[in-house]
Amino acid sequence: MSAAAKFAAPGWYRAALSLPIGIALAFVIVYVVRKLYGYEPFADGDAIITVSLIATPLAFLIGIGCFDYWFRWASGAPTVPDDHSGHGARSWKDYFRVNTDHKVIGIQYIVTTFFFFIAGGLMAMIMRAELAQPGTQFVDPNTFNGLFSVHASLMIFLFIIPVFAGIANYVIPLMIGAPDMAFPRLNALSYWMLPVAGVMFMLSFFAEGGAFATGWTAYAPLSTDTPLGQQFFTIGVQFAGASSIATALNFLVTIITMRAPGMTFWRMPLMVWANFTTSLLVVIATPFIAGSQFFVLFDRALGMNFFSPGGGGDVVLYQHVFWFYSHPAVYIMMLPGFGIISEVVSTNARKPIFGYRMMAFSLVAIVILGFTVWAHHMFVSGMFSWLRVPMMITTMLIAVPTGIKIFSWLATLWKGVIHLRTPMLFALGFITMFTLGGISGIMLAVIPVVIHVSDTYFVVAHIHYVLFGGSVFTIFAGLYHWFPKMTGRMYDESLGKIHFWLSFVFFNLTFGPMHFVGVDGMPRRVADYAEQFATLNMFISVCSFIFGLSFLVFLYNMISSWRHGPKAEANPWRAHSLEWQVSSPPPLFNFDEIPTIVGGPYEYGVPGAVHGVMREKDKDKEPVTAGGPPAVATE
Amino acid sequence: MTPPTGPQEPRDTKHPVVQLILIWIVTSAIGIVLVLAIDWFPPQADTQAEAIDKQWDVLLVVSVPIFVLVMMVAIYSVLRFRARPGDKRDGAPIHGNTRLEVVWVTIPFLIVSALAAYGWIVLDDIEAKKPNELKVLVKAQQFNWSFEYPDNDKVQSAQLVVPKGRPIDFDIEASDVIHSFWVPAFRMKQDAVPGITTHTRVTPTRIGTYEVVCAELCGLGHSTMRQGVRVVEPGAFAAWMAGKREEKAKAAEQGGGSQ
Repeated sequence: MSAAAKFAAPGWYRAALSLPIGIALAFVIVYVVRKLYGYEPFADGDAIITVSLIATPLAFLIGIGCFDYWFRWASGAPTVPDDHSGHGARSWKDYFRVNTDHKVIGIQYIVTTFFFFIAGGLMAMIMRAELAQPGTQFVDPNTFNGLFSVHASLMIFLFIIPVFAGIANYVIPLMIGAPDMAFPRLNALSYWMLPVAGVMFMLSFFAEGGAFATGWTAYAPLSTDTPLGQQFFTIGVQFAGASSIATALNFLVTIITMRAPGMTFWRMPLMVWANFTTSLLVVIATPFIAGSQFFVLFDRALGMNFFSPGGGGDVVLYQHVFWFYSHPAVYIMMLPGFGIISEVVSTNARKPIFGYRMMAFSLVAIVILGFTVWAHHMFVSGMFSWLRVPMMITTMLIAVPTGIKIFSWLATLWKGVIHLRTPMLFALGFITMFTLGGISGIMLAVIPVVIHVSDTYFVVAHIHYVLFGGSVFTIFAGLYHWFPKMTGRMYDESLGKIHFWLSFVFFNLTFGPMHFVGVDGMPRRVADYAEQFATLNMFISVCSFIFGLSFLVFLYNMISSWRHGPKAEANPWRAHSLEWQVSSPPPLFNFDEIPTIVGGPYEYGVPGAVHGVMREKDKDKEPVTAGGPPAVATE
Repeated sequence: MTPPTGPQEPRDTKHPVVQLILIWIVTSAIGIVLVLAIDWFPPQADTQAEAIDKQWDVLLVVSVPIFVLVMMVAIYSVLRFRARPGDKRDGAPIHGNTRLEVVWVTIPFLIVSALAAYGWIVLDDIEAKKPNELKVLVKAQQFNWSFEYPDNDKVQSAQLVVPKGRPIDFDIEASDVIHSFWVPAFRMKQDAVPGITTHTRVTPTRIGTYEVVCAELCGLGHSTMRQGVRVVEPGAFAAWMAGKREEKAKAAEQGGGSQ
């Protein structure tokens, strides 16, 4: 390829070229607008950076090739709707370009999000080093505030939410018997917007005045008058949010329209139900955080007064808009995990999910109730005081559908044949730890108690019990469970178990004591604390380092098993759902023949029960790997 | 595919359900004793703290059996129903049990309803207006607190001093960003919000010096925004207030200003 052709074709050359073009464009826009309004055109570097933060990512997305097909179509150039040139991976290089295969995109998502998980985790390690003793050890308060803000933002927007989207991207089309997602090109765009947001969050450390330091909650008016770094959050969130919305839309359309013949809603695996309900939450809620951050941006960059009382703005309004997204967001970060646990528990206990319909209904109940509880984050915010009691009641009520799930999983274990493989260990770890997080969640709904413990380490403990002991354990469970499907190789079971026990024990030793320091009076988000909390904080820090190291076991297991692990069969867990009825990894378009669904997904122990049948063609003629259902014939 | 209607008859254990219930009761009792033995809170320095700490204990007592139940069923199932190596069997094809499902919807519903009602009662109690309240204006700014006594010549003070036994009604204001006025020993916390005045109440019951802590991230100096509150005998408070008034009068004489 000639040099010119290299820069004209979609890819990294053109993307690299697009970055200076984006910055130049921002420069020109700011210059022209300031000139028109009669300001000194070059005076404001902040304005140029702000516009660059919007223009450069867009230029990058165009450069890497996300829009090529749509641009060709829009300009009337010939396009082939069935163009599969960007589909599938033949070499590792195909993972580094715009790819429309949901399996490639799934892997892209997972690997990218784990990169940001490691980055966010290292920030947590620095924070724990600083907090090991009172006073200032390693980082100044400004850096510390930046660290916990970027840590939370990366973990929420660049890890938990998108890694679930990644896992679902890989398995949902397979589970419903579809060849791909409904909108493969939109899927690719969703993925590529993600690293943009993550890189932006991390680059904020290099901004003048340091990284954004207002927490991931970015409460106004603190966020409207802090240095430039805040802009990196305000705009970065827009890209993460747009990515999230586009993916959710894609899942909804895929699940509604592309299910294999015979797969009614009541025959869908609960993983599919979970992502269906999550996607509903995302498309309804995410625009609210986009709105809240746009208002902050307008206040900051254009001098508007949405949140400044001096100009007629309303400070508490920010929190209402923010939490109207961010409370549903905690279910966005949990429901997909519920789906994973249902698959893992049922497969490894070799039993049908207990109360399948109630499991699906409880997801829907959580979606609906999830929109009625946002103000429980604001019990001491000075909002309308009458709103507190109704929100306490709705918050309490969410415990009921959540309890249904916990009890149903436990009942699924009962009289099963339990295989304690690594994913099952993480599932059991999840069920118990999430119960603890749920109990502290109930405590955090009781207003008089919250008045004391809000904004303390008790809240830090609670959120890590539900998001690490909860969500992240389900992520580990899901990755171990589908690792053979995704890579075609088996992970190392002993290393997996070591990883589980190390992380389970040190997770509890790290976050458990935080309950005590919180109730005892230590506020959260502090770089320094009173002498009385020193002993427990030192203990927490030491445990957190071991907890951090336990992740290396996982990383080593994943990398080495992916390269050298033993080859995986199509269906190593003898599971019933469709993704296990195709080879590992699956063929380019998932199913050589469209499967027909004839029963529920979890009919373990039911003689002769089958979830799906592949019509006629069965290449290997091997019942265990290809036929699926006969493998469970009773002995 | 008909769901079984009652608890499963165990094959080789005599009464696992009865045994499990016994284990559950005993373990829960031990757990409750343990969590109640923990000294959770900072000193109890007002009437609000007494009500809140009691509510906390009730929450612990309710929570322990729930957690023990989940742990016990999980651990028992793993021990009892674990697959042997090479075990290719499937579990019992139980799809559900309507009666059981109704039970585990109803009981949690009743528990959380009761807790919510109790929470509401305590809330009304700790926020109730009381006779003869002392008004104090709390002013928050980056990164310190100052206090004003509106009924006492608008006396200003950098330290919060309150008399024991008299209900205090705080008005809270912020001049720059959001702060949160929190005295852990009082258990009461209320954000200070620019543009509006917020309120909270306490009735101090214990002589001593406690911390006023900012609980809402307010910028660079957030973690150092800690000051003292002194609870003193009413007589000592009156004396302190008289001194403050005198100071203020003197300052007004000298400067003519309102410092």
